[in-house]
Amino acid sequence: MDRDITLEVDGARRSLAVDTRTSLLDALRERLGTTSAKKGCDHGQCGACTVLLDGRRVNSCLVLAVTADGAQVTTSDGLAGEQPHRLHETFVDHDAYQCGYCTPGQVVSAAAVLDEVARGWPSAVTEDLVAERTDLTDAEIRERMSGNLCRCAAYANIVPAVAEVAVEQGVRA
Amino acid sequence: MTATTERAVGSDVRRIDGPDKVRGRAPYAYEHELGAQPAFLAVVQSTVARGRVTAIDASAAEAVPGVVAVLTHQNAPRLGDVAEEIAVLQSDRVQYVGEPVALVVAETSEVARDAAGRVLVDYDAQPADVRLAADRDDLYAPEQLMAGFATDSVIGDVDAALAAAPVSVDVTYETPNQHNNPIEMHATVARWDGDVLRMWDANQGPHNLVPVITEAFGITEDQLHIVSPYVGGAFGSKAYTHAHQLLAGMAAKVTGRTVKIELTRQQMFSLVGHRTPTIQRLRLGAQPDGTLTAISHEVVEHTSQNAEFAEQTATATRLMYAAPARRTTHRLAKLDVPAPTIMRAPGETPGMYALESAMDELAVALGIDPVELRLRNEPERDPERDVPWSTRNLVACLRQGAERFGWAGRDPRPGVREDGRWLVGTGVAAATYPTRRRPSQARIEAVPGKPFVVSIDASDIGTGAWTTLTQIAADALRVPMEQVSLRIGDSRLPKASGAGGSTGITSWGPAIIAAAEQLRDRDVPPGGLTVTGSSGPGDEAETYSSHAFGAHFAEVRVDRDSGEVRVPRMTGVFAVGRVINTTTARSQFLGGMTMGLSMALHEESVLDQGRGHYANHDLAEYHVAANADVAEMDISWVDEVDDEHNPLGAKGIGEIGIVGAAAAIGNAYWHATGRRVRDLPITPDKWFRQAPAR
Repeated sequence: MDRDITLEVDGARRSLAVDTRTSLLDALRERLGTTSAKKGCDHGQCGACTVLLDGRRVNSCLVLAVTADGAQVTTSDGLAGEQPHRLHETFVDHDAYQCGYCTPGQVVSAAAVLDEVARGWPSAVTEDLVAERTDLTDAEIRERMSGNLCRCAAYANIVPAVAEVAVEQGVRA
Repeated sequence: MTATTERAVGSDVRRIDGPDKVRGRAPYAYEHELGAQPAFLAVVQSTVARGRVTAIDASAAEAVPGVVAVLTHQNAPRLGDVAEEIAVLQSDRVQYVGEPVALVVAETSEVARDAAGRVLVDYDAQPADVRLAADRDDLYAPEQLMAGFATDSVIGDVDAALAAAPVSVDVTYETPNQHNNPIEMHATVARWDGDVLRMWDANQGPHNLVPVITEAFGITEDQLHIVSPYVGGAFGSKAYTHAHQLLAGMAAKVTGRTVKIELTRQQMFSLVGHRTPTIQRLRLGAQPDGTLTAISHEVVEHTSQNAEFAEQTATATRLMYAAPARRTTHRLAKLDVPAPTIMRAPGETPGMYALESAMDELAVALGIDPVELRLRNEPERDPERDVPWSTRNLVACLRQGAERFGWAGRDPRPGVREDGRWLVGTGVAAATYPTRRRPSQARIEAVPGKPFVVSIDASDIGTGAWTTLTQIAADALRVPMEQVSLRIGDSRLPKASGAGGSTGITSWGPAIIAAAEQLRDRDVPPGGLTVTGSSGPGDEAETYSSHAFGAHFAEVRVDRDSGEVRVPRMTGVFAVGRVINTTTARSQFLGGMTMGLSMALHEESVLDQGRGHYANHDLAEYHVAANADVAEMDISWVDEVDDEHNPLGAKGIGEIGIVGAAAAIGNAYWHATGRRVRDLPITPDKWFRQAPAR
């Protein structure tokens, strides 16, 4: 069964028909030709499809497109304005990727992590759960970025790439 | 030509494909925009491991609105003479769980998948035999191993030397079935333009696929065009032609449509190969001073009913250490499993895990420091081939690694360092990987006032080839990198070897240099000039023994209450000839070492012994290292240029990082706990095989 929906994808309003079984990821990739978000498992296990849905990170393969009608969707490509996002630059500077396939998902996750820490959200490794401010330490980055698998295993480069922007945004000492 | 004093090779220049990749603008196989609305494919897989398809009822599938066609062995196009393991939909025979038995073509991926679930298949099934064991009575010796290595090697009277050895170890290690699992799932877009087959495909070099696909469809090389500019990881699984690529060509032919196939993660466990499990018996004999007198390495591993894949697991043992008596053997069990394939450092990865673990056990038995034991057995020449090394700097790697890691003064006693609940230990292991080169050709088009267009069907699977080949071309042409426009990943470009066996730089780089030399001291006419160059193996393979070497050091912490294993730091030092790009080289080592950590602690594909399927066939159950598993990684290399091997003086670096890494972690686990786990991975449950050590 098809349904007409409207999404705001990377700032552009897009109307499309989707099967009620179509995932948000497949709506982007197979129906809108927006391929910044990647498919690595289709089961919410790898994080390659991570996008911001109304500002919060989700595995877009686990979201049915019909339930996102009217929502704002941001991919890694959409994080850039006139200039690349700072994470785009630090990922390149720190060689925080190899094949690049998981990378847009990593970048979106990292952007969300910076926002989550700024909001004071704790993680599984946060020692003081009621602290108003959490410092985005290496351990915090590793934990919060562990939903995004990188088989090329650039993890040890992803951490400093995120850390550099965290310092700039005042969420890391 | 413009002269330039600044060399690109050896610099830390950033990846030229980076800005596109981080934003998601680099098109991978499934993502090429082709205009026409494609049709989508879904594979129906066998549910039995051995038998015959007796009936297929596709009527319910065909009745689903949006279904274009259903292909089975009864109506699929006949393929040419292709290898048995990829002769897809050509017969009613089934040889492993997950073998394609039908293919649905539909207007959307949702419809295709829905319909695939409605194809009813009946089988005449026989019991699955997927049990690998050293005591099977049907193990056999293959004629030769992969890459042409001899199945066995024997020098001296090994049994007598072992019996006479004052100190010896006799231990058996097991490494599990593993899966490559690149994050980009295998995908192909295919279309026939008249009698020309076009494919946008995820592979490790389009020319790798050309012989098989042209034979399969009875077309010439001119009638096949494979495009693969960006590939989302591979680690071996994308080196060879697999069934899905042929399915895409068949479906496009039958329907006349542009078709897209993307294997599911689950399907990748049966349709694109795996690393064979191994059982390895290591026997080492030594004098009390640590001098090895005998080395025996006997390997049992599996292959499939539909292919003979004989992994060269013990070949590194033929060259690592000096010893007068030495033996390696390989035996195969032919099982009802999918065909194995290459996975990052096939042979060396499982084999060096076993050898380097045994060396650690010998060091303990001797009461000699494990770094020192390796130094005392350094061979001056290749011990089995009796030829000189082109370069061998294992000793430098061990010494530099020990220094960086802080190895000196290590207390050798196991199980005596505690930090709260954690038991702490350190371990070391050596690494090696062959240095080889393969035939490759390159073309350079020079037009006054424009960048040089450098074309070669090389492949960047994450290695950095887009960047390193541009560096090499720029230096060879004596121009800045900005004046080089590189073209790779296209079967219509000059033929080159695939990205595999750590041969990319040593094969492609010299071809580009050879082409550039054709332009040297020549004036480019206004209309432009095109030159070609080629490169390939010379007599260095006979004259020398050429290998990269390395050393891993690891600290391991084991939680005595839960058995959890953590690796707070690793040090890796490598001797790999000339390093082309320090940034991407470091990432290659980092990726290899981390995959070795993943092998040590996480990775295992579990074959259901009753039904023969991979029970944990997804990324939630087949664990690979995540960000939180990795901490401090200290990576460096020693000064080395291997001028004897190739004009670049380089060695491959894509695989050596994983070799030996798991042994270093396993050895550190023993040092932390006093317990040997000889069957990878070292998961928490294995801690509870023995009573808690309180």
